[in-house]
Amino acid sequence: MSDAIIWVIMIPLLGSLISLTWSRYASFIAITSNMLALAASIIIVRQVYQSGPFIHQLGSWQTGLGISLRADALSSILLVMSMSVISAATFYASTYFTDAVKRARFWPLWLMLVVALNALLLSGDLFNLYVTLELLGLSAIALTALSDNRAALQAAIRYLSIGLLGSLVFLAGVALVYTGYGTLDLATLSNVVQASPLSQVAFGLMTAGLLIKSALFPLHFWLPSAHASAPAPVSAALSALVVKVAVYILLRLWIDVFDPVLTPFSAMLLGMLGAIAVIWGSWQALQAQRLKLMAAYSTVAQIGYLFIFLPLIVALPDGPLKDAAYTALLLMALTHGFAKSAFFLSAGVIQQYCGHDRIAELGGTARALPLTIFVIALSGVALIGLPPSGSFLGKWHLISSSLHAGQWWWVPVIAAGSILATAYVFRILGHAFAPGEGVDQVLKWGREEIPALILALLATLILGFGSAGLWDFVSQHNGFPGG
Amino acid sequence: MDIFDSLPLLILLSSLLPGLAIFLVREESHVLRTSLNLFGALTKLGLVGLMIWGVFHEWVSDMRWQIAPGLELVLHADALSVVFVTLSTVLWLVTTIYAIGYLEHSPHRSRFFGFFSLCVTATVGLALAGNLFTFVIFYELLTLATYPLVAHKGTPEAVRGARIYLTYTLGGGVLLLIGVVWLHTIAGPIDFQERGVLSDLTHLDPWTLRWIFLFMIIGLGVKAALFPLHGWLPQAMVAPAPVSALLHAVAVVKAGAFGIIRVVYDVFGVEYADALGLLPFLGAIAAFTIVYGSVKALSQDHLKRRLAYSTISQVSYIALGTAILGPLATIGGIVHLVHQGVMKITLFFAAGNYAETLGIHHVSEMDGVGRRMPATTLAFSIAALGMIGIPPIAGFISKWYLGLGALQAGAGLWVIPVLVASSLLNAAYFLPILYRAWFKPAVVKWPAEKPRSGRWEISGALMWPPVITAVLALLFGLFAGAPFSPLEWATLIATREY
Repeated sequence: MSDAIIWVIMIPLLGSLISLTWSRYASFIAITSNMLALAASIIIVRQVYQSGPFIHQLGSWQTGLGISLRADALSSILLVMSMSVISAATFYASTYFTDAVKRARFWPLWLMLVVALNALLLSGDLFNLYVTLELLGLSAIALTALSDNRAALQAAIRYLSIGLLGSLVFLAGVALVYTGYGTLDLATLSNVVQASPLSQVAFGLMTAGLLIKSALFPLHFWLPSAHASAPAPVSAALSALVVKVAVYILLRLWIDVFDPVLTPFSAMLLGMLGAIAVIWGSWQALQAQRLKLMAAYSTVAQIGYLFIFLPLIVALPDGPLKDAAYTALLLMALTHGFAKSAFFLSAGVIQQYCGHDRIAELGGTARALPLTIFVIALSGVALIGLPPSGSFLGKWHLISSSLHAGQWWWVPVIAAGSILATAYVFRILGHAFAPGEGVDQVLKWGREEIPALILALLATLILGFGSAGLWDFVSQHNGFPGG
Repeated sequence: MDIFDSLPLLILLSSLLPGLAIFLVREESHVLRTSLNLFGALTKLGLVGLMIWGVFHEWVSDMRWQIAPGLELVLHADALSVVFVTLSTVLWLVTTIYAIGYLEHSPHRSRFFGFFSLCVTATVGLALAGNLFTFVIFYELLTLATYPLVAHKGTPEAVRGARIYLTYTLGGGVLLLIGVVWLHTIAGPIDFQERGVLSDLTHLDPWTLRWIFLFMIIGLGVKAALFPLHGWLPQAMVAPAPVSALLHAVAVVKAGAFGIIRVVYDVFGVEYADALGLLPFLGAIAAFTIVYGSVKALSQDHLKRRLAYSTISQVSYIALGTAILGPLATIGGIVHLVHQGVMKITLFFAAGNYAETLGIHHVSEMDGVGRRMPATTLAFSIAALGMIGIPPIAGFISKWYLGLGALQAGAGLWVIPVLVASSLLNAAYFLPILYRAWFKPAVVKWPAEKPRSGRWEISGALMWPPVITAVLALLFGLFAGAPFSPLEWATLIATREY
């Protein structure tokens, strides 16, 4: 039991290797190993809940010598979210690829992506964060390139070059930190970091690298094409998870480690960029002609919301108000993760049945694919931030944190973002309910529709009504022990 | 009382669960769907009866579910919620019967009745909401549940009307949300309480409170169709007749009006709201909307459009009653919540019957329709006379109390002329319809007459609902003094609010 933190990484790793050699049973291996990893991630949350944040030293080396894995409230919750999304997408992917060659290439890469995600979330030092970030980026790019059309390949190459640039910049920052402080362990660093030119430069470089990876406006330009052209299950993981873990690292560095270096101005700057991202991303989503492109731009907007929280968390005094803002950020991230992956999987179903995902030609889909359109509506509710979804609570606290912190100017941004999101979600529904002959067969409770339904329900009902425990959990068990 | 505590939840579930089940029913399973519908509606009616009894005896029912720190979902039954719950439940039953008859042969019935039940669930939830947070949740859910109903026909006009509806209501929803969150940040979580909560919190800045009130009234005013936020209502009448009936009588516009009552009485407290100078502001908007709606109704030839503008005018009576300080005006406002509901739903049922049987959509086509469809037209006439305020129909009682209340509050100088002008205008746009229907010779050929079948002018499921609601409107006026009448109940609320 106590080794769950190892198994959550080892199981997908083994699965990846086995599926490489034994590709006939690859989808079975992937489903099994992801379910086991999901179970392990739930055990980790339980461990954190019962005994607080903990460290696991691989091979019993001392801190600073070996690799150490750490779990606290933030990382364990994100881990469960990402394993749930991955498991649902895995079930979906097992029916998605018809081509045997593609299938054989997909599964090992997919499981490697899971390894990278889980290892990243559990890493406690900067070097491991760099390595896992790189591994994550490379497997994501390879998966994007699986849609072997010209647009997808171009997008993948662009994704590759920009991703490498981001990693290099991040690595430069890491190297500076090592020169300055002689350690990369986050918990140790959080005690020794002081405001100095060196730490400012290092912090700036790492932040810049992560901003590229998390696609904050104006560094978002690579995202829409990559997310829109990847295969549907890959898009789901990219939009829901891969972008988000970059925000996770950023949050760790900003709030937990480098807070002496932080200036209110820099937080405000990121908040402003987030606000522009909300408006710009939503506006582009409204203009998009294709379902998946719309979803990708919506991700740009939703990431923007997360960045608006930064200046608020920095400005609010330690205590319940700050904790509430922090948890609300997590809740927004979780809701978006579930909702956006549900949306992409549904877009995949529509693409399979209609042969396209052009929004203007969706007429008749509500009749032919009622469950899928229902899932799109549910995840749309979560993207807008309407009740009963987790992001409604998130937005509620975003508004109230803004007012508490005296930064009222975020409120009109949130209002405008919500209205634009309403427009782009209901534009799709309007087309879907219009009469049309897009699809011939009527699908009822199709096997490929269920994973998205579960994700959408998680984003709305479960997080909307059942997330009360999250607030205490985060305020009590966040941060790394030791150090 | 344990059972009583769970009553609000059971009342919600009695339409939510059948609604969800109906989505899964196959189109052809007419009997199963109808049974689910009626089972839900009748169960709810029984539960509401129990609740009326409990609230009358001042049993307190209160259910709480923590969602996040400081944010609780509270279901709570008080005298005011009982008014709205009862109205919704009774009219839902009647409208369900009407809708079953109306949509007999049209496509997507399961989808329609599913959202129809969700719509009533949201309305009842809104009535039972015990704090602003819960209210906002159901307010938004109501928007979401009604959108597919307005867009139901799927025609370009229907989709356009629904889009306009959505833009207005969700835009209003955002403003309401901002107002409510703002209030939360300065005053903490607020449970609705008779005589208000804010008057006790003296440390709050009056100007901040005024701004918050403005945000909330704009948010609520969109649904209540207060001028200049009423633009969606005439567009939304592209919806099928039962939806229009429900939208105008119970669900949407009433949700806004009910919210205004809640905010003024149970959040601010009516005396405190007056002390802040908010009531005259609300009263002026309401008075203007009353006259404006009536004037616009005069020039509409399209019957449903005329009725829509009439709704804009009539619903503002409720806001007007709220805006006049004094128990008599309060009674007038609250009782009109019920009276306008039964009268307006009758008018829309009748309009639906004319369109369905004879293809009549315009007032100018209604010559002599009274002889062809006597029962429907009689119901229409009772409701129209009630709207004008002719005794002994329900509408008279509302106007009487509003007038008395205005005199009591010393506001007679501007309220009485508004009431008189509005009544004259009501007469000016309703009486010509009645004259045409009863006294003008019938045209040779109706626009699109359906062949007559059965013994009545129209199938029973379409004929009886307007007759029943018209009789209710008559009874509410005739027996206004009887125990458990809307008037008596409004009096009970007024005594608890002052």
